Amino acid sequence: MAEKKEFTKLAYSSVDDFLYGVSPFPVKTENGLEIGGGLVYPEVNFTLPGMAVTKDTMPEVLTIYKEIIDGVLQKALDLHQPGLVIEYETLPQMSEFPQFGIDIHKLLRDAMFEYEAKYGLKSAMRMTPNDLREINRPMILRGGEIVDNMFHMFRQSALDGADFLAIESTGGKEINDEAIMNADIRTAIFALGCMAPRDMAWLWQNISDIARETGAIPAGDSACGFGNTSMVLAEQGFIPKVFATLMRVATIPRALTALENGAVGPSKDCAYEGIFLKAITGTPIALEGKTAACAHFSPIGNIAAAVADLWSNESVQHIKLLSGFAPVVSTEQLIYDCRLMNVAAKQGHAKLLRDLLVDSDAYLDPQAYILKPDIAFEIAGEIVKTQNQFTRTLNAVRLTLDILRRGIDKKEITLDERESLWLERLSAQIEQVPEDEEEFIEEMKDEIDTDKCDLREYGI
Amino acid sequence: MLEQISRTVQIGNAKLVKELVKQALEDGLSPADIMNDGLIAAMAVVGDDFKNNRIFVPEMLVASRAMSQGLKILEPHLVAAGVKPIGTVVIGTVKQDLHDIGKNLVATMMRGVGATVCDLGVDVPDEIFVKKAEEIDADIVAISALLTTTMPAIGDVIKAFETAAVRDKYKIMIGGAPVNSNFAKTVGADYYSPNAAEAAELVREILSGMQVH
Repeated sequence: MAEKKEFTKLAYSSVDDFLYGVSPFPVKTENGLEIGGGLVYPEVNFTLPGMAVTKDTMPEVLTIYKEIIDGVLQKALDLHQPGLVIEYETLPQMSEFPQFGIDIHKLLRDAMFEYEAKYGLKSAMRMTPNDLREINRPMILRGGEIVDNMFHMFRQSALDGADFLAIESTGGKEINDEAIMNADIRTAIFALGCMAPRDMAWLWQNISDIARETGAIPAGDSACGFGNTSMVLAEQGFIPKVFATLMRVATIPRALTALENGAVGPSKDCAYEGIFLKAITGTPIALEGKTAACAHFSPIGNIAAAVADLWSNESVQHIKLLSGFAPVVSTEQLIYDCRLMNVAAKQGHAKLLRDLLVDSDAYLDPQAYILKPDIAFEIAGEIVKTQNQFTRTLNAVRLTLDILRRGIDKKEITLDERESLWLERLSAQIEQVPEDEEEFIEEMKDEIDTDKCDLREYGI
Repeated sequence: MLEQISRTVQIGNAKLVKELVKQALEDGLSPADIMNDGLIAAMAVVGDDFKNNRIFVPEMLVASRAMSQGLKILEPHLVAAGVKPIGTVVIGTVKQDLHDIGKNLVATMMRGVGATVCDLGVDVPDEIFVKKAEEIDADIVAISALLTTTMPAIGDVIKAFETAAVRDKYKIMIGGAPVNSNFAKTVGADYYSPNAAEAAELVREILSGMQVH
């Protein structure tokens, strides 16, 4: 079992040192690719065009993935890219039938090995099995075929050369989805602060064990289905941006659980909570922003890059654009983004570029505002004051409300009438959350639909 | 009274809506008028407010729940008076697609325009769409997929209706992030909708223009 870590202070003494491309505890792969060691590398992710994934279509699926990976690696070579990370995130069918996922991973990894052997192109693979446990209601978290398949896929992929093991775990999602649509921060705090960390502590001990047995690196866990779902729905005008802002902050203690239980980074690209994790743990992070617009829109396109160690496109469909296939196009875009950041750093301008990236977004949206390095430090500093994930979540959300009000008073951000109304509504909801976790759990037990959610699966 | 019911639904006061509906029935107002000019009229305002960025989904959901509470009181009276709902929709995500937030939103908004919605949930086998549509004598089947690799399953659902020789009995509409109108044509769907608000509006138009069976 991985030794449980405690994070009681920030990894930085000055926010001026909180920069992209460097982290206090870089992570190095077996072939020497160092993440957080001075350079920002692209992390490229891609997905299939519209098609079914079945036993019958697998030969075609493999052909398409081969076409994608060859195109991506060749583009990196053509542009003299010193290294890159490929993420392979399985689709549900590839987790349900793990051999599909294992075969695709092996095909991708072998191509990467080949490009390194033939042309010296260093690359690393992040393997991210889709967390299929959410298919059941109530979710069955700690056993059964789905869990066995997931661990099998982690293990075999690591043996086949996966460098980083990652996941977007779904514990707590069974009540959080509805909480998002209702902008119910109280229930979301329960999902993220009480349920998810209990699941993740168990899950990450297991993933870390697999990593240790196989020589892979336990990387990180994204709250994509929590924080990013909120961000995207806010972007579409469905839910308030202030709610999405609080949701982002509420995901931080959850994500920290992975690092307390063996994960060492780089965190997942879509885990915007990574900014806070880097401040707390000093581990490298992947992020995505403007160059992930191929996958989703966001109000944080530039600021997301400010302290990134890997810069990702999230995911792009393999479709033909005027210049070429979209994954290759996306690779080129990421490489140019990284080049600029790395040259700026080499010439001593990393802080200047970081601040430009920050200032270009921070004052236009509350979700961007809380990602400012100084504010990220303030929130991260609040989180490390205690070790209980629920208390951390509640305190971080409360502090964020204060920070938003302070930002409004200082005229650094503005909220329209609808958003202002929700700021007050959310404050009122949070006032209803008791300080004591046990008391909160007892309250929530009465409210949770037991057809959808079995708290015993979480050890509650 | 009907205007008061409408305003109370709009602000989502479910408890008061129930009381007002009871009061309206006692006062001798017709169940059809209470439904159309009280409850459904309220949701039309709410839908308009949402479409014009005056409210968010949570406010709409609160109103929708208030409307449902009013409808519960009203339903036996509607049946007794021979008033039928404007129509019935069966909705679900295709097999192996677990994404239900968008689908849930569509279902809520469809209820808001007065449709009876049977939500089959996520990861729904093709034949279950057919079975349920037949069982409840639905008018519309709404199919959702969020992934590029699950969108082909929309075509499988439509084929299942064809295989069962009941395709012509239903209007089939589809939606989801990777889906578009061209795809709808390719798989033989009748309608495509890019978002929840338009999906609900489409349902209202389809049901108001068709002979409800």
